[in-house]
Amino acid sequence: MSGLQVRALSVSHGAIQALRGVSFSVEVGELAAVIGSNGAGKTTLLRALSGLNRPSSGSAQWNECEMLGERPDALVRRGISHVSEGKSVIPELSVKENLVLGGIWRSNKGDTNAAIAEVVELFPILGQRMSQSADTLSGGERQMLAIGRALVSRPKLLLLDEPSLGLAPLIIEQIFATIDQLRRKLGLTVVLVEQNAMSALEIADTGIIINLGEVVAFGKASELIDDPALRAAYLGY
Amino acid sequence: MQKLLETLLIGVSTGSIYALMSLALVLVWRSTRVVNFAQAGQAMLSTYIGFEIASRSEIFWLGLACAITAGALLGAGVDFFFMRVLFKHAVSGPAVVVAPVIATLGLLGLIRSIVGLIWGGEFKSIEAPASKDGFTIGQTTIPFSALNLLIITTVSLILITLAIIFQRTNLGLSLRASAYAPEIAQLAGIKTGRTRTIGWAIAGGVGGVAGMLVTSYNFLSPYSLDLLLVFGFIAAVIGGLESMVGSVIGALTLGIGLTFILNYVGTSLVFIGGFAVLVVVLLLKPDGIMARGKVRRA
Amino acid sequence: MRKKIAFFILLGWLLLFIGDRVDELRVYQGAQIAMYTIALASIVLLTGYSGQVSLGNGAMMAVGGYAAALTLNKLGSPIWFAFLMAVFFSALFGALLGTAAARLSGPYLAGTTLALAVGLPEIANQFAFLGGVPGILFDVGFPPARFGEEFTQYKWFFWIATFLALLSLFITSNILQSRFGRTWSAIRSNSLAAELSGIHSSRMKILAFTISSALAGLAGAVLAMTISLVAPGAYTLTLSFALVTGAVLAGVSSLPGVALGALILVAIPEIADVLANSWGGGENFSNYLPGLIVSLLLILSVIFTPNGPGENLRKHRHNKASED
Repeated sequence: MSGLQVRALSVSHGAIQALRGVSFSVEVGELAAVIGSNGAGKTTLLRALSGLNRPSSGSAQWNECEMLGERPDALVRRGISHVSEGKSVIPELSVKENLVLGGIWRSNKGDTNAAIAEVVELFPILGQRMSQSADTLSGGERQMLAIGRALVSRPKLLLLDEPSLGLAPLIIEQIFATIDQLRRKLGLTVVLVEQNAMSALEIADTGIIINLGEVVAFGKASELIDDPALRAAYLGY
Repeated sequence: MQKLLETLLIGVSTGSIYALMSLALVLVWRSTRVVNFAQAGQAMLSTYIGFEIASRSEIFWLGLACAITAGALLGAGVDFFFMRVLFKHAVSGPAVVVAPVIATLGLLGLIRSIVGLIWGGEFKSIEAPASKDGFTIGQTTIPFSALNLLIITTVSLILITLAIIFQRTNLGLSLRASAYAPEIAQLAGIKTGRTRTIGWAIAGGVGGVAGMLVTSYNFLSPYSLDLLLVFGFIAAVIGGLESMVGSVIGALTLGIGLTFILNYVGTSLVFIGGFAVLVVVLLLKPDGIMARGKVRRA
Repeated sequence: MRKKIAFFILLGWLLLFIGDRVDELRVYQGAQIAMYTIALASIVLLTGYSGQVSLGNGAMMAVGGYAAALTLNKLGSPIWFAFLMAVFFSALFGALLGTAAARLSGPYLAGTTLALAVGLPEIANQFAFLGGVPGILFDVGFPPARFGEEFTQYKWFFWIATFLALLSLFITSNILQSRFGRTWSAIRSNSLAAELSGIHSSRMKILAFTISSALAGLAGAVLAMTISLVAPGAYTLTLSFALVTGAVLAGVSSLPGVALGALILVAIPEIADVLANSWGGGENFSNYLPGLIVSLLLILSVIFTPNGPGENLRKHRHNKASED
């Protein structure tokens, strides 16, 4: 089966089990929102998928190729990109250098330059700030840079960890709209981890709710939004 | 006035060698969060190898090239075989803080002993590639010699080369990214382990140059680079271990400062002066003069 | 407490008994072992307990040695006073160093003390009253006549050294088991938590430096006694390395281990000599082989038993227990 298939994924931090038997699937081209409160294990999930953490058991396959146990740099070359929590931008480097970083693994510089040009088309503000140091960017701009960098590697599967963190509500709206737009335009499969459950589910096809390391609900995003019990427990109203 | 100028020039010459050592220390600190005390040992071994080649071929530059190569290989070797093993094993207990420091010190002692076993402890000297006599301008001879000029030139060339590598190449970008934010670098597809080893190799090569340059006007023995290590460390600390530019500035400042003490106060206080500078800087600005707001402690 | 006193007295008698039965060389080495024991105790306190890696203890030994020698020679005072001055001055220097060092950690501290260790011999070279390179004589004189003619000077050294070692170990052991020792351990494991519990980190660290330096200074004076000399060459960087090695080998936070560590430190040059002779190496061999073995041991022990061999033993027992 193509797409992302996660089966019985478990991750332990020492004696603490951060994830327990997590299973879900995301079809190619879909956007899956993973929501849950702080400490639920959402970040651990993405880190296990991108190779930063070693899982203790389970499997995760992208287009029928096993992901777990691979190193992060190998997964990037397979088209899997992870934008980690807290604006994964390197402030000491310039905007341009941050973007170049996304394609640094390629031997063909031409491809990287083309990809950077595409990203600048998507996020014109970055084009205006190319030579500036990344720490001069605003919160929203940094998020765009982080996503932009991931896009330079021309991924097929994009893992986003709380892109709305620390941003003003208006910017959050923009970010979500942008994410929805570009995933349709580029045919990306996206796993979006969010605390901002409503906004995430509104642009998602699938919803996965995680609590204390376990999946408590999994299904079509629209159904999850309408389910009153779920709404009360996880969406807060 | 003349004395002032002399002191300044000699200070720059001395300081530029410290700059190489401090640069190497900062390079390794940035990429691995370890102060590599064995750097002095690596530099020493590289210099002895360079010395062998230089004495046999009677070409200093050939010796220097060999020292650089040996230094790079040693640096890569130490990172690959030694540091990785170390980090795998020492992960708990009071040892975590203590282990890397002691391990690199142990490595320093080990390399020193090996060098002593092979070459013995007698002082050796290398034929300097330029005259050590001071330049004569008109009637006066200043202590600044052709050798000093050569040293400054060599170091400047190396610094420029390194700057180009770091700022303008993909390798340099990878090195900087891996040092600033190793996880982000990994997620960008950089093989951070390999990049780090390259960083160590560069540091090792640079250390080799430092050792050869010191030896060109001094004697070589298993202990002759200890002071270089100490002053290189002090310079790196003054600059704030985080900044390569800072370490160069720190080194030049230290070199000039120490030469001042030497010329105006007397030899006995040179070392105390250096030590006092270190203590004062650490007390006032534990993150070094160049440090920005971000506090990155040991 | 009484058991402890009894233990030490018994140990003392045992050692003196052994001292009577062995030849001169072993008696001399016995004095060296006693000296290293005191010196290693200083490392255990400073590094093992309060978690500060310092390479400066060799320099502190030098301070003690020079203080003792100068007191003896310039003031013509009795030996015990010379040793007392050694302790006093090194404690003073230790307090000074500690004040500067309390805010440092990890490589910054190690580097600063490295600078001290490399540079201190230099200072001795520069000042005339310190005797320069050849150093100053330190002659504790002959043993009292009532011990008879058989009682050699080396035996006298051994008695003094052993007495001082036992005394130091006794005092140090009490300090480490008191709330001071517990406080240092707390600071070492988690200085933030310690601060939040009301522990004044800096003061305790300075105290650790002071006491540690006092011990080191005493060891330095004992060293001077055994070689009848204080000179910069006796207190080199190599000495500081050896101390750290001995402590790590025997378990850096284990006070009983210092005896083992001291034994190893004295045994290594012996072993190295034997090896060098059987391999027929030249002068290089005997000069550098001990250093090689010491460094190798240090590296191996820091990698494989970073917390001392005791830790691995405990882990092994724990694993066995959980298997049953």
